[in-house]
Amino acid sequence: MAEERITDQGAKDYKEFLHPVMLKNYGQWKYHEIVKPGVLVHVAESGDKIYTVRIGSPRLLSTKSIRFFMATADKYCDGFLRWTTRNNVEFMTDKEENVDKIIKEVEADGWPVGGTGRTASNMVHTQGWVHCHTSATDASGIVKSIMDSVFEDFTNENLPGKLKMALACCLNMCGAVHASDISVLGIHRRPPKVDYHLLGQICEIPTTIAACPTGAIRQDIVDGVKAMKIVEDQCMFCGACYTACPNMPIADPLNDGVSVWVGGKISNARSKPTMTKLVVPYLPNNPPRWPEVVEAVNKIISVYKENGKKYERLGEMIERIGWPKFFKLTGFEFTKYHVDDFKLAFKSYNTSAHLRF
Amino acid sequence: MSDTPMIDELEKGPWPSFVREIRRAGEQSATARDLINILELSYKDKKTHWKHGGVVGVRGYGAGVIGRYVDMPEKFPGVAHFHTVRVNQTSGFVYNSKGMGEIMDIWDKRGSGMTNLHGSTGDLVLLGTNTDELEPIFTEIAKKGWDLGGSGSDLRTPSCCIGPARCEFSMIDTLEITRECTNYYQDELHRPAFPYKFKIKVAGCPNDCVASIARSDLSIIGTWKDDIRIDDAEVAKYVKGNEIDVLREVVMMCPTKCMDLDGEKLTIDNGNCVRCMHCINKMTKALRPGEEQGATILLGAKAPIVEGAMLASVIVPFLELEAPFDNLKELIEAFWEVWDEDGKNKERIGEFMERMGKGEFVKAVAGVLEDNDSEVELDVMPEQLLYPRDNPYIFYDEYLEEVDD
Repeated sequence: MAEERITDQGAKDYKEFLHPVMLKNYGQWKYHEIVKPGVLVHVAESGDKIYTVRIGSPRLLSTKSIRFFMATADKYCDGFLRWTTRNNVEFMTDKEENVDKIIKEVEADGWPVGGTGRTASNMVHTQGWVHCHTSATDASGIVKSIMDSVFEDFTNENLPGKLKMALACCLNMCGAVHASDISVLGIHRRPPKVDYHLLGQICEIPTTIAACPTGAIRQDIVDGVKAMKIVEDQCMFCGACYTACPNMPIADPLNDGVSVWVGGKISNARSKPTMTKLVVPYLPNNPPRWPEVVEAVNKIISVYKENGKKYERLGEMIERIGWPKFFKLTGFEFTKYHVDDFKLAFKSYNTSAHLRF
Repeated sequence: MSDTPMIDELEKGPWPSFVREIRRAGEQSATARDLINILELSYKDKKTHWKHGGVVGVRGYGAGVIGRYVDMPEKFPGVAHFHTVRVNQTSGFVYNSKGMGEIMDIWDKRGSGMTNLHGSTGDLVLLGTNTDELEPIFTEIAKKGWDLGGSGSDLRTPSCCIGPARCEFSMIDTLEITRECTNYYQDELHRPAFPYKFKIKVAGCPNDCVASIARSDLSIIGTWKDDIRIDDAEVAKYVKGNEIDVLREVVMMCPTKCMDLDGEKLTIDNGNCVRCMHCINKMTKALRPGEEQGATILLGAKAPIVEGAMLASVIVPFLELEAPFDNLKELIEAFWEVWDEDGKNKERIGEFMERMGKGEFVKAVAGVLEDNDSEVELDVMPEQLLYPRDNPYIFYDEYLEEVDD
């Protein structure tokens, strides 16, 4: 007899995977402190303590490295470990003396400890050329190059406030980058190249038309066959049609690249959650290290370091000093691309005489 | 000379290298070795070599596996198929070596040995395997008690912050809410039947460490209603100590200026506190959220495609959340019912709400809740907006008519 198929079990019970001290003090935590960059201590009402050592990871991990983390957790953390939303790995122990042993062990295998408090936290990112069909750029290569350059700001509290960076390799933004301090966004700059004859045969025409944010795709008849055409003036190169229809490839090595955005945040602390704003409309894909992108990010961070007040996020600093000053300080050219022309663009107009000279 | 000079370059430098990771996997896996080779070619050509995904999956599910093929399978046979398996992570991304080991053993045997920990939505992503391996992988992980996550137009795998397991700020049981939403809605998660994707993220406090307000259609954020708890003795220690300048770095940074410091005595006008968390974040020993705790429910965050990126906006200012969260489920199901009824293909609920008008949407959801005898009472209210309408294009549907006497 066939074995019964097991389905729809859902998520495993997290209680199975909580360190005994965390399970015992669940919901009974009193306060926490940052012991040093990358090390936290949480203290419970009961007086129990749990120490956390946070390390950065490239998100792409081999089973071999994960087994190394598991072995480290077995040695010092009763076998327990966790990941964070920003792809860090955390080792938790109730034994203070284990903290330095964990740090020594992970650093020996090349894993940096940091990412807490006023640091540049691990950059969240998408798949890029490692796995994705719509990407306008690679993700891991740029992130590696940026994180190499801000390494000291991950392991030390060098910054005015938290700095959260993100990269998405196309406008689909599966790594939603519209609310980070600094975002790198892969962009296409030319309309998809389409085989008009095959379109209607391979793709569902209404679905593809509906995928276009600007209504640039129209139904067409070519040589008596149902097809679609693109009104090129209306295309803003998002690639949504390619997701709906594989016969509209949009990748173009000559024109694809990245844009850089700043000033977003998720947290409600002080100011409200905010969307990122454009600072650099286009930088070329220049693998393997994307020096132009790394330079732009570093320029932004150095302006933030020099002008930010303690605990102020990058976007809060820019609000305080004004966007004109931010462009002046960073030296980025202000272009027509910085002026929004999509829905509700007027909400970004300066409808006042409030100006700084 | 190396065949992969550009990729080799990214093995250098202090930050952990993804190239080292792929090479580590490549010690055992031809798939991982060809992943390096195809990536080198992408770096040379400045374009992706992955093709549009095909329809692959496991029996009985319409989600959890993403098909991926390389565009030159003859040259790179190792990655001819390079499918992704999304394994439903635990609430709060917590593991032990035994549980993680179960997945690693299966993946070493049946996949590339490469993972994403974790995907943007939260799944534990196994990266790169053949079509033939999908069914065995699913059977084997299921035997160990693991399951697949969401993909396509379905409920995507819910995720959350570490919450009450290790954080004093957490005002709701983020881990239990996440697991309950995951396990209660297995059909919605595994068999896509929505207009488009629907993501749920649960944050324990307004710091929102799981980025719910930007990244999830349904954002659940812990909050409190009563007064911030103040420990005067601890406040005095902060005032006297060197760690923080309480006046400049706490009181003066309060967004509503609802705090005052008189000597060592801190007072708060709680009626004007907007629950931003700044003072609590900075004086963890002295200040704590109030004890009347619950969640703010926000709706509609999404990335740009199709109608532009959005942050979530308030629907229910305060909802008490106690297991098994029946009120939350009633609310979620009412959202889905209204969206399912009139949402267009590929229209996220935030876009749908904007098209319908938030007022109409709230009224429609409230109607469903009432029809279902829900305990949740919903109506339009100023908390849902930054400010009331500022244009006079009002669709009046209430008016008087002359009556003959």
